[in-house]
Amino acid sequence: MSVLTEKESSMDLADKRTGSWWKKFKNNRTLLIMCLPAIVFFVIFAYLPMPGLYLAFIKYNYSDGIFNSPFVGFENFRFLVITGDLWKLTFNTVAYNLAFILLGNVLQIFVAVLLNELRGKWFKKISQTLMFLPHFISAVLIGLIAYNILSYDYGLLNGILQSLGMEPVKVYSTPNAWPFIIVLTYLWQATGYGSIIYFAAIMGLDNEVVEASEIDGANAFQRIRYIVLPWLKPTFIILLLFSLGGVLKGNFGLIYNLVGANNTALYATTDIIETYVFRSLMTNFNFSLGSAVSLYQSLFGFAIVLTANWLVRKLSPENSLF
Amino acid sequence: MGVMDEKMQNTRRTTDRSSLFIRGFSYVFIGAFSLCCLLPFLLVLGTSFTSEASVKQSGFNFWPKEFSTFAYRIVLENPTQILGSYAVTIGITVVGTAIGLLIVAMTGYALQRPDFLFRNKISFFIYFTTLFSGGLVPFYLLMTQYLHLKDNYLAILLPGLLSPFLIIMMKSFVRSIPHAITESAKIDGAGDFTIFVKLILPMTTPALATIGLFIALGYWNEWYNSMLFLSSDMQFRPLQLYLYNVVTKADAIRNSAAASNVPLSDVPIETMKMAIAVIATGPVILFYPFVQRYFIKGITVGAVKG
Repeated sequence: MSVLTEKESSMDLADKRTGSWWKKFKNNRTLLIMCLPAIVFFVIFAYLPMPGLYLAFIKYNYSDGIFNSPFVGFENFRFLVITGDLWKLTFNTVAYNLAFILLGNVLQIFVAVLLNELRGKWFKKISQTLMFLPHFISAVLIGLIAYNILSYDYGLLNGILQSLGMEPVKVYSTPNAWPFIIVLTYLWQATGYGSIIYFAAIMGLDNEVVEASEIDGANAFQRIRYIVLPWLKPTFIILLLFSLGGVLKGNFGLIYNLVGANNTALYATTDIIETYVFRSLMTNFNFSLGSAVSLYQSLFGFAIVLTANWLVRKLSPENSLF
Repeated sequence: MGVMDEKMQNTRRTTDRSSLFIRGFSYVFIGAFSLCCLLPFLLVLGTSFTSEASVKQSGFNFWPKEFSTFAYRIVLENPTQILGSYAVTIGITVVGTAIGLLIVAMTGYALQRPDFLFRNKISFFIYFTTLFSGGLVPFYLLMTQYLHLKDNYLAILLPGLLSPFLIIMMKSFVRSIPHAITESAKIDGAGDFTIFVKLILPMTTPALATIGLFIALGYWNEWYNSMLFLSSDMQFRPLQLYLYNVVTKADAIRNSAAASNVPLSDVPIETMKMAIAVIATGPVILFYPFVQRYFIKGITVGAVKG
């Protein structure tokens, strides 16, 4: 470590002496070139689209293009507010994400703690493998699986209901069922894989502490309550805050594939920012309205990340992003 | 000594009644949850081997009431479609993973070098893209009207190459290699790129495997950009888009079956969906238990910082 700082400071000195920008550039040339492909990538795919958000302030029509379509100021935003769309989208997006984050983390901790109580090596291995499985499949297959279970005509659910002598249910036209279905599917997919982080954290727990507590007569409940859970608390808080930073970014793949492209009957409870923007692009061709929602999402989301990061920095500076 | 400790601990735990209870509960809960994760796959698999008539009568089921391989026979009778999709997906996955991995590794290493002057600026430049984005519409217009990538496989290949998350992951991996190794090589006169290729890459093979698998899985499961940029009348669509079309549009199924001599009314629409899903997903499911430890490594390393 001391070698490193010494070297750095001698380099700084050298730079100051020559003082030339060219020299700095030359010393770092190869590393800079190594970063170049990534820089080009992000310039093209992330930075070039950004000025396109200007679409949010015009009334875009295809024949006039971006530069000749009429400028309308905040008209698009006004429209989104008046129709109530903006509020509905924000509410749905945030509510789903809060459910995903809170229930997800709680269930992940629960599973990690229980995994730690298992003794059989094979049981542990096989169950972990099975629990990770849903994480590795595409969102398209998740949609198909849901269809397998929920389809009115052939679905497993209605098969079971009918064999019990009950009426079949039309899930795909029942808006109120979908928050549960979407959250459950998320938990099904994310819990196993998400529990890894907590399980790894439990592995880092000093065995001597656990043993000492047992010698002091703590039973298993007390061990979990007073040693394991407090040990996981910092991880939990950090992960929670990081995910809260993304609370305005919807899980498009999951919801789009579960609900289907044009199921208008379910929009009230399933439409999130991403699905709305997607529709504005692919079906309604209202590019300006879509961009207005995107701009709102990016700006508001940015503010939320800054707040979350500020909280992280207060709680544990070494984990903060910037 | 360690083994002894563990044994003592285990005997102590078994004698404790609350431990027994929790352990029993753990087995039941974890077992049940694991089963819940597996059963939906068996539902798809079971249905794919069921006769269409039996599905029409008694719905989807785990175990075929009337065993049939008809759906598979239709799909595989004229395998051009599915083989073409396989070829496209495998091609994109292999090429994309190779290029993406190289870029991620180079960038991650350079950004982790303490003596790289621009490291903070470039890191922020990359990280900022996760904070603020232009959103879907401008991205779509850029891809289609300015880069002219509509109906071009590059529209799938290029955006999937790298992500800030993977670069951060690579940085975390490289952090564990002492900088002194780079330094001593520099003193011996090696250039930065030579150091990267000859010293760093061989030392980071587990990291490269992890990152490569993340990229590859992304390509294999890619459906979003495919859906945006490839029209469905394209001859060979990537696997997931093919599956998506088959799942969402009955026409797509009939088209796939058109090449066979089965009358349209006899096309087993429901079971064919499942058969195609099994064919498209099978390799991932069979392959992943062997590589899951790399994914575990990835999430535990990546989670440490952002």
